[in-house]
Amino acid sequence: MYVAVKGGERAIDAAHQWLAEERRGDTDVPEMSVAQIREQMRLAVNRVMAEGSLYDPDLAALAIKQARGDLIEAIFLIRAYRTTLPRFGASRPVDTDAMAVERRVSATFKDLPGGQILGPTFDYTHRLLDFKLAAEGEAPVAGRADTGVGHVPHVTGFLNREGLIEEQPSSDDTPPDLTREPLELPANRALRLQALTRADEGFTLGLAYSTQRGYARNHAFVGELRIGAVEVEMDIPELGFAISIGEVTLTECETVNQFKGSKTEPPQFTRGYGLVFGQTERKAISMALVDRALRWEELGEDNVGAPAQDAEFVLYHSDNIQATGFLEHIKLPHYVDFQSELELVRKLRRSAGAQDLQEAAE
Amino acid sequence: MTEQSYNFAYLDEQTKRMIRRAILKGLAIPGYQVPFASREMPTPYGWGTGGVQVSAATLTPDDTFKVIDQGADDTTNAVSIRRFFERTAGVAVTTKTSEATVIQTRHRIPEEPLTEGQILVYQVPIPEPLRFLEPRETETRKMHALEEYGLMHVKLYEDIARHGHIATSYAYPVKVEERYVMDPSPIPKFDNPKLEMAAIQLFGAGREQRIYAIPPYTGIVSLDFEDHPFEPTKADHPCGLCGAADSYLDEVITDDAGGRMFVCSDTDYCESRRAQGHRGKDAA
Amino acid sequence: MTPLLSVHGLTKRYGAHLGCGDVSFDLFPGEVLGIVGESGSGKSTLLNCLAGHLPPDAGQVIFDTRADGQRDVLTMSEPERRMLGRTDWAFVHQHARDGLRMGVSAGGNVGERLMAVGARNYGDIRDSAIDWLGRVEISETRVDDRPTTFSGGMQQRLQIARNLVTGPRLVFMDEPTGGLDVSVQARLLDLLRGLVRDMGLSAIVVTHDLAVVRLLAHRLMVMKDGHVVEHGLTDQVLDDPQHAYTQLLVSSVLQV
Repeated sequence: MYVAVKGGERAIDAAHQWLAEERRGDTDVPEMSVAQIREQMRLAVNRVMAEGSLYDPDLAALAIKQARGDLIEAIFLIRAYRTTLPRFGASRPVDTDAMAVERRVSATFKDLPGGQILGPTFDYTHRLLDFKLAAEGEAPVAGRADTGVGHVPHVTGFLNREGLIEEQPSSDDTPPDLTREPLELPANRALRLQALTRADEGFTLGLAYSTQRGYARNHAFVGELRIGAVEVEMDIPELGFAISIGEVTLTECETVNQFKGSKTEPPQFTRGYGLVFGQTERKAISMALVDRALRWEELGEDNVGAPAQDAEFVLYHSDNIQATGFLEHIKLPHYVDFQSELELVRKLRRSAGAQDLQEAAE
Repeated sequence: MTEQSYNFAYLDEQTKRMIRRAILKGLAIPGYQVPFASREMPTPYGWGTGGVQVSAATLTPDDTFKVIDQGADDTTNAVSIRRFFERTAGVAVTTKTSEATVIQTRHRIPEEPLTEGQILVYQVPIPEPLRFLEPRETETRKMHALEEYGLMHVKLYEDIARHGHIATSYAYPVKVEERYVMDPSPIPKFDNPKLEMAAIQLFGAGREQRIYAIPPYTGIVSLDFEDHPFEPTKADHPCGLCGAADSYLDEVITDDAGGRMFVCSDTDYCESRRAQGHRGKDAA
Repeated sequence: MTPLLSVHGLTKRYGAHLGCGDVSFDLFPGEVLGIVGESGSGKSTLLNCLAGHLPPDAGQVIFDTRADGQRDVLTMSEPERRMLGRTDWAFVHQHARDGLRMGVSAGGNVGERLMAVGARNYGDIRDSAIDWLGRVEISETRVDDRPTTFSGGMQQRLQIARNLVTGPRLVFMDEPTGGLDVSVQARLLDLLRGLVRDMGLSAIVVTHDLAVVRLLAHRLMVMKDGHVVEHGLTDQVLDDPQHAYTQLLVSSVLQV
């Protein structure tokens, strides 16, 4: 006899237990600590912080451990945690000009004040598997030198002095907050940048790449890429001045793009901008290219119908937590919808069959 | 047993107030999609985050909560959501439709008529009934504002021209109180006539950041043509377990030789009838 | 008699460039006005300003509405303007695909305007669609086919049917025969002339083709660099052009 399926609760409990066991893996292999992940999987931690919109390397490392290395799942854990946190206030805008740079390169000038600083980069490594890493070895130590780097001015500042690059008007307006207000269109640039900085890295990369291949090509040069720590300051009303409440490492990318000029504007360079938590170069450069592509309207450029120019398309599809949830929900039961589709298809087939019979008879 | 580290029903009071404002606005403008700042929930988008947020903002400690998915209380996602509120709100839960004060549902309206004082909360994946005709939110909002719904009927026209019938079987669009065209969420069109009811109906779409509502006794019309009127349909069988001829049925494959049976999708309805002694042909 | 459309001082600038400047005219019921000029003369800008597709910088576009008499279209609310756009007004695009829904059947394309104003009887809508397909010489058997399967001339005729089905009083046409073969053009012009006459339509036709206005238009405006340089009865302007530019324009094409 048929009995309607019961036992959803038991199935869920059993699945959770199995998952926990799988997460740990073979117990003969030592368990990984959160600190190990934080120190040795730092780029993964950075991505989780950037797309989770929460700067906390320990929590990000914990999320990666809990998510078994699935970074989108880890980002989800961070987002769900973040949304429950109380808000004490807003910091002052960070000053990236005063960044303690670890890495700073410009593709537009061979040498420049502050110098080119390669920093810890994969850029010129040969991508050969290093089998020495498979055997645990001693910790490598890099040489130290006093670089004498003091203040590192922004490259776009040099161009700006000559009037060669568009002026970026500063504004004291409070930017909109994507996590507190529903996304409404048209979105201004501050809101777009906010969405892009937490956007999925792969999606942003794909869009940026598409602009390079001709879908809204905007001829980007990396004017400057800089990575380093900046101070976060907050105004304390009781004190009457701002105090430093901590440091965050950021990656900032400013692209310099061609602009042919218009009837009212002489030819000059324009800007694309990327700013992301942690050392996240690929993401920051991608963000700058997509930012620039989305600015077609204010710059009086043609809409060539490229995906990267379409703010609604980009903003509505860039969030991997929204995307993965909706994608994966098709695993949920859809018996009811499917049943009504079954009835419909049977009905349509019946009337089609009846017609065929009638035609055969005529 | 409530987890003390979270606020009652998980969300903080500020967020609940924001959601309640959206709900009240939705009730004031029936069928209008109110944007709200949907929060990230500990369950994935697409798995009922909109419904969960609406329930969280609606529940009080005295409420009795019921969750159904596909009509059933014991499907895994229903279990998961019910547990979430047991843990975070400590509210009483039930599987009895008549005993519940708040019912969260995915894809069904209970068979037993709801009464005044009850609230039915729907989980909505895509709140925009015009979305598959016009992908742009900026355009569809304008179409609603200007009441430009011709395109909706073009779609129904095309269905009839091609298939001889309106080929929409679930998430069948309705017009609310002669103004807004609304997506009733992916309920089977069999359930559409029940949308005119005594209870409050609230619709939450988390990922799409929209809330909308139908106040009690609001006029709801399923879109159709005079000469191709709307027809609620279901499998043409009685329930194999309780014999009900008036309930929506799931088709269950019983073997790999084409054997199948039809049973009520609303498990509470089916069980109540069997408790009253009703028996279908497949019941032991 | 009250003009159906009365235009005063219509001006549109693109930065320093003048789109159209200080254009004024009246259009009376049943009248067809042709606007000619070479590309860049401002004729398309003018048409788009009149039809509400472009916001002009100055001027008035006064339409004699059925309900409230003369109203300035430019100061109407968007819902009012859109309602006008699907009832009393029609717009025939140069490229049929801009004016058609290419993924919807011919019947659905013609029926859309009827449904937009409340038609809810499938059979009646379909009958009207078939009737209109007939009037534009498209076979009833094509009613369920999509416009993608139609030739260019058929697509253009379908666009006309879709526009005229609600019995508009004013039709804007932007190069209605542009991009079509000469033989197809002739048939379309014949059809348009018949429809305009039978339905008593008022129309504004923008074209660079003097043959089109010779056949369709009662009156003619000649535009150059955003300004109207000559305005008069079609035959008068074409047979006895006064302005030097019009003389050049007329002499540069074969007489029809």
